[in-house]
Amino acid sequence: MMSINDIQDSIIEEFAVYDEWLDKYEYLIDLGRDLPLAEEADKTEGNLIDGCQSRVWLVCRRESDGRLYFRADSDAIITKGIISLLVRIFDGQTPADILAADLYFIDAIGLKENLSPTRAGGLAAMIKRIREIAEQYGEG
Amino acid sequence: MNFPQQIRAEFPILDRRVDSRPLVYFDNAATSQRPSCVINLQQELCSGHNANIHRAVHTLSFEATGYYEAGRRAVQKFINAASADEIVLTSGATMSINLVAECLARGGFIGCGDGILLTEAEHHSNIVPWQIVCEHTGSHLEVVPVAAGRNGANDGSVDMAAFCAALQRGVRMVAINHVSNILGVENPIKEMVAAAHGAGVPVLIDGAQGIAHRRVDVQALDCDFYVFSGHKIYAPTGIGVLYAKREWQHRLPPFMGGGDMVGKVSFDKTTYADPPLKFEAGTANFVAGACLRPALEFAAKVMESPAQEAHTGRLISAMNEALASVDGLWVAASDARKRIPLWSFTIDGVHPLDAATLMDKFGVALRSGHMCAEPIVDRIGGGSMLRASLMPYNTLEEVEIFRETLLRTVKMLRK
Repeated sequence: MMSINDIQDSIIEEFAVYDEWLDKYEYLIDLGRDLPLAEEADKTEGNLIDGCQSRVWLVCRRESDGRLYFRADSDAIITKGIISLLVRIFDGQTPADILAADLYFIDAIGLKENLSPTRAGGLAAMIKRIREIAEQYGEG
Repeated sequence: MNFPQQIRAEFPILDRRVDSRPLVYFDNAATSQRPSCVINLQQELCSGHNANIHRAVHTLSFEATGYYEAGRRAVQKFINAASADEIVLTSGATMSINLVAECLARGGFIGCGDGILLTEAEHHSNIVPWQIVCEHTGSHLEVVPVAAGRNGANDGSVDMAAFCAALQRGVRMVAINHVSNILGVENPIKEMVAAAHGAGVPVLIDGAQGIAHRRVDVQALDCDFYVFSGHKIYAPTGIGVLYAKREWQHRLPPFMGGGDMVGKVSFDKTTYADPPLKFEAGTANFVAGACLRPALEFAAKVMESPAQEAHTGRLISAMNEALASVDGLWVAASDARKRIPLWSFTIDGVHPLDAATLMDKFGVALRSGHMCAEPIVDRIGGGSMLRASLMPYNTLEEVEIFRETLLRTVKMLRK
C-alpha cells in the first residue's frame, strides 16, 4: 500500500506533463469517465453529499484489516474526475492516516479553485465527510 | 451614445483578461459592472467626504448627507415616485422584501389563514421572507404557475386565470417579479396590479431583473411596493431600494430599531422618525447610496437611447441563434415574443456545473445551478441550469465567442 503522500506525489507528477489547463481538464474528464461508478443502489439520500450545484455520493466500508475503502460518484464529470483522485488517495488507508493527511496535491496541480465553497462542486464537503468517517472509525 | 463602443469605454473592467483570454462577462443578472462615473464618485467620496450622515453638524457630515440624499432623489426621478420620501434605501432587494414582509406581518396586515400570492418563478428572496411570515402568522403561500417547460407552452407567461382566481381565495398580499431571473420574460405587472387592487390586495413588485431593462413608472404602475438592488443597475453592491407608497410608509411599523430611525428616545417611550428614515436604522451605506445618482443617470441615458435599443435587439437575435446552433440545447421560455437579454438553458448530456467551469477557463462568465430560484429550476431544469445574461455594453463579437466556446465545451464534455 502506497502512503497518502506517495500517491499525491505521483498524481502531481502525472499532471506535470500538462502545461495547458485545457489538457488538465481533458485528463480530469477522462478520469471522471473511468471512475468505477458507485452502484445505483448506493446512490441513496443517505450517501449523498449535497454540494450546491453537483451531487456527490460517497460510500465507505471498513475491512477486517482496519482500513477504509471508498466508492464515489457524481452527476458532474469534472467533479467526478477530481473525486476519482481523492478516492485513489484515500482508498485502503487507515483512519489515522486519513485524519493526518495534508492534501497538498490539489494546490500543486492547480485545481484549488474547484475546492472553493463558491464552486459548490461538493468537493470540500466530500473531504469533510471522509474525515468525519475516519474520525468515527478511528474512535471505534 | 454610440453602441456598443462608446458605452463600453465607460467600463474599465471589460478590458481585463481571464487567464490570457479576453473576459466575456455574461453574468450581468447577478451583478452588472460599474461605469467610471460610479467608480470615480466612490473614490471621491472615500477620499474627500467620508463621515456619518444625518447626524453631525460638521462639514464632512453635511457633505456626505447631501450626496446620500441626492442618491435618494435620483431614485425618485428614475422610477417617477411622487416624493423622495417614498424611497427607502436598504442593503438590497432582498432586505427590501424582508422589510415589507416583516412589517406587514407585525402591523397585522397578514394574519392566520391569509394567503400570500407569488408566481412559481420567484427568486428565493421573494419566497423565503414570505415563508417566514407564514410560519409566524399561520398564513400560507398561493403559488401561480407559469408556462415554461419542455412539455406544453414555453413562453414564460404567468397563468392569469389562475392569478385572478387565487385573488378570490383570501389573498392579502401579492408579491411578484417584474422579470424572472430564470425566464427573462416581463410579467404584465400593470394588469396584475390592477387585478389585485380590484380585489383590494396590495402588490409588491420584485424589480431586481426588470429595473435595468425596462423603464419603470411607479405612479403609472400604481404598485404599493417596488424593490430593486443597486448592483444590478451599474451601482455598487450593498445598496437597494424600497419604493413604498406614502400611505404604506405611515401604516407600517418600523423594521429595525436604532440609529437614526428615532424621534425621541426614553426608557418609557420612544417615538420614531418620519419615513423614510423610520425604516433606515443604523449607519447607512452612504457611499453606495450616493452612487445611485450617477448609476441611475447613466442607466437612464442608456435606456433612452434608440441606438441602445437597436443594439440590444441585435444581441438578443444573435444569442437566440447562438443557442439554437447547439445540438440538444433547451431554452426556458424560448417561445416568448419579447425578452430581456437573459437566457436559462440546459444541454442534453452536459452538467451545467461542468459547462460553466470550462466556459470560465475560456474566459466566459456564466451562471450555473439553481440560481436562487430552486422551485422553478427543479421543475423545468432538473435542479440545475446554465444562464447567460447580457447588458448593453456586451457586443456581438462576445456573443460569437460565447457560441464558439459553448460548442467546444459541449464537445469536450460529451465525447
